[in-house]
Amino acid sequence: MMLKVEGLSAGYGNITILRDLSFQAQAGEVTCIMGRNGAGKSTLMKAIMGLVPASAGTITLNGKAVQSLPAHKVPMEGIAYVPQGRRLFGPLTVAENIEVGLLARKKGAKTRDFVLDLFPRLRERLDQVSSTLSGGEQQMLAIARALCLEPQVLLLDEPTEGLQPSMIQLIRDTVLSLRKTGMATVLVEQRVDAVLKMSDRVCFMAHGRVEAEVATGDLGPQSSLFRQFVGV
Amino acid sequence: MAFGPFLFLALLEGTVMAAVLALTAIGLSLVFGVMRVVNVAHGEFFMLGAVTAWFVTHYLPFPPAIGWLAALLIAPLVVGAIAWLADVFVLKRLKYDPEATIVATIGLLYILQQTALTFYGPDARPVEPPFNLRLQFPWFGYSGYKLFVVLAAGLILLGVWAFMTRTKAGLVMRATQVDMETARAFGINVDRVYAGTFALGAALAAAAAVLIVPIQQAHYLMGHDPLLLSFIVVIIGGLGSLRGTLVAALIIGLSDGVISMFFSPTLAKIIATLLVALVLVFRPQGLFGAKT
Ligand SMILES: Nc1ncnc2c1ncn2[C@@H]1O[C@H](COP(=O)(O)OP(=O)(O)OP(=O)(O)O)[C@@H](O)[C@H]1O
Ligand SMILES: [Mg+2]
Repeated sequence: MMLKVEGLSAGYGNITILRDLSFQAQAGEVTCIMGRNGAGKSTLMKAIMGLVPASAGTITLNGKAVQSLPAHKVPMEGIAYVPQGRRLFGPLTVAENIEVGLLARKKGAKTRDFVLDLFPRLRERLDQVSSTLSGGEQQMLAIARALCLEPQVLLLDEPTEGLQPSMIQLIRDTVLSLRKTGMATVLVEQRVDAVLKMSDRVCFMAHGRVEAEVATGDLGPQSSLFRQFVGV
Repeated sequence: MAFGPFLFLALLEGTVMAAVLALTAIGLSLVFGVMRVVNVAHGEFFMLGAVTAWFVTHYLPFPPAIGWLAALLIAPLVVGAIAWLADVFVLKRLKYDPEATIVATIGLLYILQQTALTFYGPDARPVEPPFNLRLQFPWFGYSGYKLFVVLAAGLILLGVWAFMTRTKAGLVMRATQVDMETARAFGINVDRVYAGTFALGAALAAAAAVLIVPIQQAHYLMGHDPLLLSFIVVIIGGLGSLRGTLVAALIIGLSDGVISMFFSPTLAKIIATLLVALVLVFRPQGLFGAKT
């Protein structure tokens, strides 16, 4: 089972951001995407979701092409998205955000219980308006909302951005426990220690392309790739 | 008549106006809130509702009560369908661009108005009320139908509220209103939500018109006043805020009723317009609108 992106070009209007980009994400693995600000990481996530139209290339899930589907059909195939900056439905309550997540693949009470067991703090706040949650709680809700699809592929765009260490740890533990369930996770992450601890493969992006794709085992904290592509 | 009863009568008239205005304006508010489209043709959907009611009651061989009830069902459906088509063939093609859709709905306004003139004609025509009941207060008699209008409008508004807060379709509309890109990423067919919202907004205006047409008569130019007043209400209440729209409709409706009776309808309109100016200067987001 895998998500496979081949020769993808995509952008906004006349501006091309992604150029001939290829990478794969395998089931039961965490694939990290690294790259400097503006390298096109978020654009890649949006292109996979069909939110940014692909002008060339293919995106396949288990061999099925998804790049030509209308955007709202992509999640139905089992690809779930945690956007950068969370993008919750702010005026809606926690319960309502979860409900929207359940709609896409017609999941019910079982799925809802599963995600709320994963984040008990959300269960205590079901009727709270989501924009009033703390940053960490909002991130939990963004992940919970995506998990409501029971996805095969989970796209996480900088889920620990702006969070305190204990919350970062909780999000990382969650990602690692999801890997065990056989989900394919694509994680945009900027911190080298997190990438080394969590991922199976790392894709380094620059100028809208994946310039290097490496097994995490072959990387060390001092690897020159980090310096070259992330600048640390 | 003594001051007390006169004020009571004015408040009654104001309440009827507020109820119908709330129903009309809520449609406009919904369309702007969810789609960010300023629908200048909203008043024409109101007019089409009244004209459809006339056709239904005139051509279907029912007694007035059944005919009117049939109109209350058929007119919103017909007008909603027309709005759906307008969305698919006009607004969607403009990608819901805020400026282009204003111009397009101005065009739509004239198309609908001239179509009504062509097929319905320039005359104002009455529609029989579903029942004739006169309530006798100690000081004056009052139309039972007008009070029924208040009740019916209230029930429909309650229905809209329940739809928005208690149903899946309402949830999907609210999610789309907040962030349509993220809504898409969660499987929401935004095109369909937009078409449905535009149809619903138009259907509400049509329902308001069916309620009012036994009091006012159907005429091809009758959309102007509801459009202006709806805009006043939506601006005062806060663009896209349903609660604000209701409160503002109550304020404008009641003050219009009272000022029209005690002074003159023109003064009532002047004051409403002044109120809008004041709101725009001191609280541009409206009474209940969120700051942007
Ligand atoms: N809606 C948009 N319209 C036009 N250009 C955009 C849009 N969104 C992003 N871009 C441009 O696309 C390029 C890539 O942006 P993207 O958000 O994908 O980068 P990123 O790698 O996610 O960066 P960061 O690390 O800051 O999140 C940038 O040059 C950005 O200015
Ligand atoms: Mg980004």
